[in-house]
Amino acid sequence: MSRITENETIAAIATALSPSGIGIVRISGPEAFAVAGRVFCAARGETGQSECHIAQYNSHTVHYGYIVDPKTGRTIDEVLMLVLKAPHTYTREDTIEIDCHGGVLVTKRVLEAVLEAGARLAEPGEFTKRAYLNGRIDLSQAEAVAGIISAKNDLALRNSVRQLRGREREEISQIRGEILREIAQIEATLDDPEHLTFDGFDEVMTRQTEGQIRRIRKLIDTAEDGRRIREGIRTVIVGRPNAGKSSLLNALLGEDRAIVTEIPGTTRDTLMEEVRMRGITLLLVDTAGIRATEDTVERIGVERARTAASEADLILWVIDGSEPLNEDDKAILAVCAGKPLIALLNKSDLPVVTDAETLQSMMAECFGKQSQEDTNDRIDENMFAPITISAKTNEGLEQLEERITSLFFAERIAADEECVITSERHRQALLEAETSLKKVRETMAAGMPEDFYTIDLTAAYETLGTILGEQPDEDVINMIFSEFCLGK
Amino acid sequence: MNVPEYLCESYDVAVIGAGHAGCEAALACARLGCETIVFMVSADTIALMPCNPNIGGTSKGHLVRELDALGGEMGRNIDKTYIQSRMLNVSKGPAVHSLRAQADKQRYTASMRKVMENQDHLTLKQAEVAELLWEGLPDGTKQVTGVKIASGGIFPCKAVILCSGVYLNARCIFGEVSQFTGPNGLPRATMLTDSLVRAGLEVMRFKTGTPARIDGRTIDYSAMTEQFGDDPIVPFSFENRPEDIAREQVPCYLTYTNENTHEIIRENIDRSPLFSGDIKGTGPRYCPSIEDKVVRFPDKDRHQVFIEPEGEYTNEMYLSGLSSSLPEEVQIRMYRSIRGLENAKIVRNAYAIEYDCLNATQLKASLECKSIHGFFSAGQANGSSGYEEAAAQGLIAGINAARLLQGKEPVVIDRSQGYIGVLIDDLVTKETREPYRMMTSRAEYRLLLRQDNADLRLTEIGHEVGLISEERYQKFLRKKQNIAEELQRLNETVLGASEKVCEYLNSIGTAIIHTGTSLGELLRRPEMTYDMLGPLDPDRKPLDADVIEQVEIEIKYEGYIERQRLQVEHFKKLERRVLPADLDYTAIPSLRLEARQKLQQLRPANVGQASRISGVSPADISVLLVWLANVSRET
Repeated sequence: MSRITENETIAAIATALSPSGIGIVRISGPEAFAVAGRVFCAARGETGQSECHIAQYNSHTVHYGYIVDPKTGRTIDEVLMLVLKAPHTYTREDTIEIDCHGGVLVTKRVLEAVLEAGARLAEPGEFTKRAYLNGRIDLSQAEAVAGIISAKNDLALRNSVRQLRGREREEISQIRGEILREIAQIEATLDDPEHLTFDGFDEVMTRQTEGQIRRIRKLIDTAEDGRRIREGIRTVIVGRPNAGKSSLLNALLGEDRAIVTEIPGTTRDTLMEEVRMRGITLLLVDTAGIRATEDTVERIGVERARTAASEADLILWVIDGSEPLNEDDKAILAVCAGKPLIALLNKSDLPVVTDAETLQSMMAECFGKQSQEDTNDRIDENMFAPITISAKTNEGLEQLEERITSLFFAERIAADEECVITSERHRQALLEAETSLKKVRETMAAGMPEDFYTIDLTAAYETLGTILGEQPDEDVINMIFSEFCLGK
Repeated sequence: MNVPEYLCESYDVAVIGAGHAGCEAALACARLGCETIVFMVSADTIALMPCNPNIGGTSKGHLVRELDALGGEMGRNIDKTYIQSRMLNVSKGPAVHSLRAQADKQRYTASMRKVMENQDHLTLKQAEVAELLWEGLPDGTKQVTGVKIASGGIFPCKAVILCSGVYLNARCIFGEVSQFTGPNGLPRATMLTDSLVRAGLEVMRFKTGTPARIDGRTIDYSAMTEQFGDDPIVPFSFENRPEDIAREQVPCYLTYTNENTHEIIRENIDRSPLFSGDIKGTGPRYCPSIEDKVVRFPDKDRHQVFIEPEGEYTNEMYLSGLSSSLPEEVQIRMYRSIRGLENAKIVRNAYAIEYDCLNATQLKASLECKSIHGFFSAGQANGSSGYEEAAAQGLIAGINAARLLQGKEPVVIDRSQGYIGVLIDDLVTKETREPYRMMTSRAEYRLLLRQDNADLRLTEIGHEVGLISEERYQKFLRKKQNIAEELQRLNETVLGASEKVCEYLNSIGTAIIHTGTSLGELLRRPEMTYDMLGPLDPDRKPLDADVIEQVEIEIKYEGYIERQRLQVEHFKKLERRVLPADLDYTAIPSLRLEARQKLQQLRPANVGQASRISGVSPADISVLLVWLANVSRET
């Protein structure tokens, strides 16, 4: 079922996740002032602004104050709030823009508070869509807007899938599968009362619903813990064993140039290192732990590269310049295709066997074979030319830092806004599913007949589906037919 | 073979087939003033029930009640001819209560035949329709001009309604035997399919089946569980009161298959044309043959078999649950392995039937064909299954054919108004690859679409269309008013927390009240009923049971009903966004390729329908909305 709804008040972070530390949360819709009123507290000391208060402000005025968590009453950030009244706004709806100063994490907390106060998270491209539908922007062709919506959705979907791997995905699929079975059981029994009964069903349902609520709560908590690791450029170091990946990592983590913290990855069993350089946060994903002990190592190396590459915003490929290139290098390079990649020719302190030219010609050969559409675009010569380094002597590291920052500011790599919103989207969906399952529990407790359970079960099922990027279509009907023997 | 053509009289509407769809379509057209002719392969088999001997059942019962509220005939006809009636699912919520009646098959057809024969403006004709006649229009579409029958007669008409059921190129199969007939050995129709294909229509091949009929004298009922009808019963038609149609009812019987039965089936499974590959048609998953069930559910050690009377005129009994296409000698061994059927004799054996039908996505929600003006299609010809599904479509197609000729907008019941709406929307929107059966799980808003309130939902429309009499309409308005007044009274009448009130509440086992409480609030308690409230409510007027039923449901399930109403409002928003008929989806590059193709092919009427097409994502819908805004701005 489509989840398209109009005339709701929407909110999102309007700025890309940037090193500047300033983020804007934008709220648009008929309830924008009411929502803002629930979280904004003017600096003059009055607390609890009411909706009418904000509606009384003049349009296009800036107000200094604080954003307060509507649940806990705690101050989240010191902000400037811009009040924009319809129709003289981007969307032609009442709009609030909150300038946050506390950095990315705080901006996200402000967004959460706004959602808590009654706004809905905007769909990708939704502000633009509203601006267009309300006649605010008059593009010569609707195509442009439609293109934005499409592109943003694609991006969101890709990111969504990327962010949800392994155990989380498995867990959500399992819960969702169990809910689908419950719905199918109920529907089949309703449709074929002469062959199927609800004997014993309530006990099973009660147990399963409790379990589902518990498991979803755990996922929500995990999402909160794991939030920090998503706020940076996910940088993966790949390369053959002994190419110098560990040395590079250590060099990048060197005390004099980086702030290091260890964060256990919550979505995967790997360690990540956070490195801040020139105002940009890199999340270094450690794939350097593989040691050559047996023949399977190369295969594992490629496999690791494949997994890491699929999740990476940036790949650092380390090549041992004192050794000739071989098939493993090609294999590693092949799986990294389509991703921003910096090739690092390591061990410049040793006699050179493989030089930059050899490397570049192999890359050209390798990517020449790739048919991925944006490979050529991404691998333009200068931006992605190999850098010669020595992780041992720190030679070339300055150049690497410069390269990374210039790529970032040229927007060739980005921990983009959708990335952040997508994870918030997951959290919202989980919260929604939890609420639905609690309603199921209430319905059961109230002694309502079984057909009432499916109202909220279906809602939970669909919400969880949005996390996995799946649409329900005929799931229930198919499940009924495959699992239950209907009569007639 | 060239049969000379000759010109016959003209009609407004020609209906092809007089099954459950054809009867409703023809009656609706004639009653709305159109000169109508209905063609059938046999005048003795009007409204024939060649499969199960009942009308209604889960969600199908809803369809019949809705059809009755719109002015259809099926509800009245089954009320005249039922021999057992039950409300199914009464232990569950009101939304899934479903009415089902056993019919006396012969009386059912005879009674419908009488109605048809005595209907003004309606002509009955036994003849096979061989060709659909049409002329091409400048814009590439076609206009119906008439039909030609097998004997060469040409009947000019302005609209044609295809209600061909399972008769087009039908083939009946059991074991190694193939019979080229329609159901029950009736003649099939062999010429029309080609004509439809020539008119540019996509035809599909579907399959269904029916179980054997057994001589009732050879059944040992003492080994089975008896099943009786309800007393009192609930009529299908809102015109009837229970007491007016009460009659003696006959029982049905329940027995089971066993491991022995399943072994016989497994041993001979290669002789089933379903498994040998002889049957190419797509069969329904919801109504599997017994061999299907045994193969797909090997863990089940028994399956239920309901033994249902075919009518009071005959000893024949229908074996519900044992549809099969196994060879006859295997069938008889299989039946005789079942308790109570040890000595059973088959009167008619079970068989599978294959037939041609249309891909219904070629139709609009009015059931008119998108490419041929004036050509409508209803029932199994649209890939549905079941008498009730057929009748519901027949009625809508009939109403809309008449309205087309009268220059009126078509009547479209949407998904929030009735199961009829769900049925037709699913058929014309989703590409059905098997015979489509109505199910309660297909209705999103089923709490609003109850069988008990079908009249409240649809009588208004039936009256406006012109199929509901003024007298019935006035009665309906009174009922509506009584419900509204009683709801208001209950919510406004407040009881004080007096000792006497509390004493009574205590005595009936419900919590006492501490402050003033309205009668409505008390009724909302799960354990409370309208009757139990009586002693606390001395001022109440006597009300009809159906009014009280509505009041109770509205109050008890208010929260849930309100939530569904909100969902319906959201639903309606997209439903109101009309998509231009000439919109070129291939020119919208931001749509994903699959969505573009599907939209171009199906040409949905509005954004809501577009959103239900499989392969069209919410993002595609956003893109469409933007595009629509662009179109409206440019014009």
